[in-house]
Amino acid sequence: MTELLVGPFNRVEGDLEIRLTLAEGQVAAAQVNSPLFRGFEAMLLGKDPRDALTLTPRICGICSISQSIAAARALGAAWGVAPSPQGQRVAALIHAVENLCDHITHFNLFFMPDFARPVYAGRSWHGRAVQRFTAMEGGAQRAAVSARAQILHIVGLLAGKWPHTLAVQPGGVTKAPTERDRLRILVSLRAFRRYLEEVVLGARVEDFAALADVPALMCWDRGDAGLFLEIAADLNLAGLGPSQGRYLSFGAYPLEEGPAWAGGLWQGGAAPFDAGRIREDLSHAWMLGAAAHPAQGETRPDEEMRDAAYSWCKAPRYDGQVFEVGALPRQVVAGHPLARVLAALPGGGGVLGRVAGRLLEMALTQLLLEDLAQAIDPRERFMLQAEPTREGEGAGLVEAARGALGHWLRIERGRIANYQIIAPTTWNFSPRDAEGTPGAVEAALVGAPVGPGEDTPIAVQHIVRSFDPCMVCTVH
Amino acid sequence: MRVIWLQSAGCGGCTMSLLCAENPDVFDTLAAAGIEMVWHPALSVETGGEVRRLLQAATEGHSPVDVLCVEGAIARGPRGTGRYHMLSGTGVPMLDWARRLAARARHVVAVGTCAAYGGVTTAGGNPSDAVGLQYEGSHRGGALEADFIAKGGLPVVNVAGCPTHPGWVLETLLLLASGRMGAGDLDALGRPRFYADHLVHHGCPKNEFYEYKASARQLSDIGCMMEHLGCVGTQAVGDCNIRPWNGEGSCTRAGYPCIACTAPEFEEPRHSFTETPKVAGIPVGLPSDMPKAWFMALASLSKAATPPRIARNAVADRIEVPPTLRKPKA
Repeated sequence: MTELLVGPFNRVEGDLEIRLTLAEGQVAAAQVNSPLFRGFEAMLLGKDPRDALTLTPRICGICSISQSIAAARALGAAWGVAPSPQGQRVAALIHAVENLCDHITHFNLFFMPDFARPVYAGRSWHGRAVQRFTAMEGGAQRAAVSARAQILHIVGLLAGKWPHTLAVQPGGVTKAPTERDRLRILVSLRAFRRYLEEVVLGARVEDFAALADVPALMCWDRGDAGLFLEIAADLNLAGLGPSQGRYLSFGAYPLEEGPAWAGGLWQGGAAPFDAGRIREDLSHAWMLGAAAHPAQGETRPDEEMRDAAYSWCKAPRYDGQVFEVGALPRQVVAGHPLARVLAALPGGGGVLGRVAGRLLEMALTQLLLEDLAQAIDPRERFMLQAEPTREGEGAGLVEAARGALGHWLRIERGRIANYQIIAPTTWNFSPRDAEGTPGAVEAALVGAPVGPGEDTPIAVQHIVRSFDPCMVCTVH
Repeated sequence: MRVIWLQSAGCGGCTMSLLCAENPDVFDTLAAAGIEMVWHPALSVETGGEVRRLLQAATEGHSPVDVLCVEGAIARGPRGTGRYHMLSGTGVPMLDWARRLAARARHVVAVGTCAAYGGVTTAGGNPSDAVGLQYEGSHRGGALEADFIAKGGLPVVNVAGCPTHPGWVLETLLLLASGRMGAGDLDALGRPRFYADHLVHHGCPKNEFYEYKASARQLSDIGCMMEHLGCVGTQAVGDCNIRPWNGEGSCTRAGYPCIACTAPEFEEPRHSFTETPKVAGIPVGLPSDMPKAWFMALASLSKAATPPRIARNAVADRIEVPPTLRKPKA
């Protein structure tokens, strides 16, 4: 048995360190450490509840709108206020733009560059990977930053800037778009569709969205998606980084007619979800206090950084079990046929499943965005005025790009009495719980091959990045 | 020009914003100026051992660092150890890495208000005991000494903003690469004057409402947000309404107030961000450089003179009354 400390782990959002125990050329155990503590939940105590709308987006520069919407919904629930239907639609629209951009950023800038590494020089696809994905130079990277910057014009138009908007409020959004704005948005979406179809997918968005089985997926040979799938087949990424097969989604983009993608649980079959069954375990986190539901949770850092713990991240569990969140879990829960067959593979298709889930969601989100924008009605109201209450309690459960994000808020005498957040990566990158059960990525790393002399094993990098971790959210 | 970029106690949003650069994009802009990103936590391929060796070489002076960019505040807690943020894989606090690399760098750039002054990371009692690189709030002396001067002769260049506009970061790097940024090009808080000599008020589309103090009463009203909704665009530095964000955006254009995110201590305004503190009905913060008596006199005069069009639009969520068209001369 030997130990290996992997870090600084880059091309993830924020700071991440992984301690590996190796035996017989593979990972025998892994400990994941989020080495940064900031303490947003503590910062918010005693503040005017409305200030959460300014401060919580700044937890994370990559899923800032997700944080905005979770905060707005928690406040709305506490005050007994719902957004206007059209305000909710615009909030869903800018949220979906952010989530789509996050998938594009992850695939092109964070995940794919590892295949351009010299370690793969002998592979038939390596030359193309170098050409497309060399860091800061590859053609796919350039196309991605340009397309991303352009589609974020929709957020500039509706919400002022990205990241860190204050446009999303419990009653809706602060700006009423005009018909001219609606048409501009549709033009931006048309341009993004062209990017997806010419560069990422190499065919119509509808065709990728209609994929329903694994053989058809693996035959997809067009665009950068095709290059990824060729690599995935060659390296057997489906067999790397297995999932435990328990998936959770809070449900995405609530609209007047219901959520665009329904939430719930999936454990080989659909199961009902009850947010009351969530607990955060602190046994291996540098946090003081007992395991609790987030509505009763607290955030007191252990300044001693006791030896029994190894991360600033708490360990959320549902019914005492580890659940995986993200694009694939979201689509599995929502019932997309391709997501369901990927999840049915051994280990949920591992790295392949997670990345294919994200490619699938790029196509689905483009289609959703077009529908959302079409149905903007500039004659309607986009914000209802909300009267803050002096007492109240509420939760805001949303789907960020990386999965389920929850804010739990309690207001007493007009001030924030408690604020707890569980971010998607808190679920996926949790440390062990009191039972000693490892978190989702800790479990996924077991069995990963480690070559002789590798100090930063390439297989470990693929697995970790397949989760698209956002460490700044994790430890908020 | 060789740049090493560290992400410290922050949200990573300044990098995310940087990637929104256009005309040309971030990679082309850097390349055009001969700027080499030696290592960036979100963009570079190097990870783990490769990074440790690269940083070691830089701190030992074996590989030159022209610019050290730091994004995020520097955590000093608990109890001054810096262990609230250990740079992963190194067993060394980011506090120490930042100090070691700053001592070697020709220029040190704080990217964002957290790195400059502490920012949002220091809100609400500052749980991680974080500071900016050269400032703790508005006071000099942060992770680096109050009188720190980098080898190139400049103090820390504070590209403050939450987040930073991609243009602010890139143009700062372009100026440093061309050798055209001197001490006189920074304001009294170390911010590049090319954007800090402007006020957010400049070019704000609500200027006509401001002129008459025709005020929005609630968020989503299109009137001026200074009187009731906490907007401090008349005091906050930034060219946000001169060069737009993400195409054609800005905070005030989207109907929410400027909260002076380019300023030290903006994170603790001592009132709700979206509410204007007042004494006897008069906003506490007055426009920069405006004498109070004149402000009061002009405000009451202009308020009395407000045309009905402006008064009505100010409290609506869209333009309800268009401007009267001048009749063509016969």
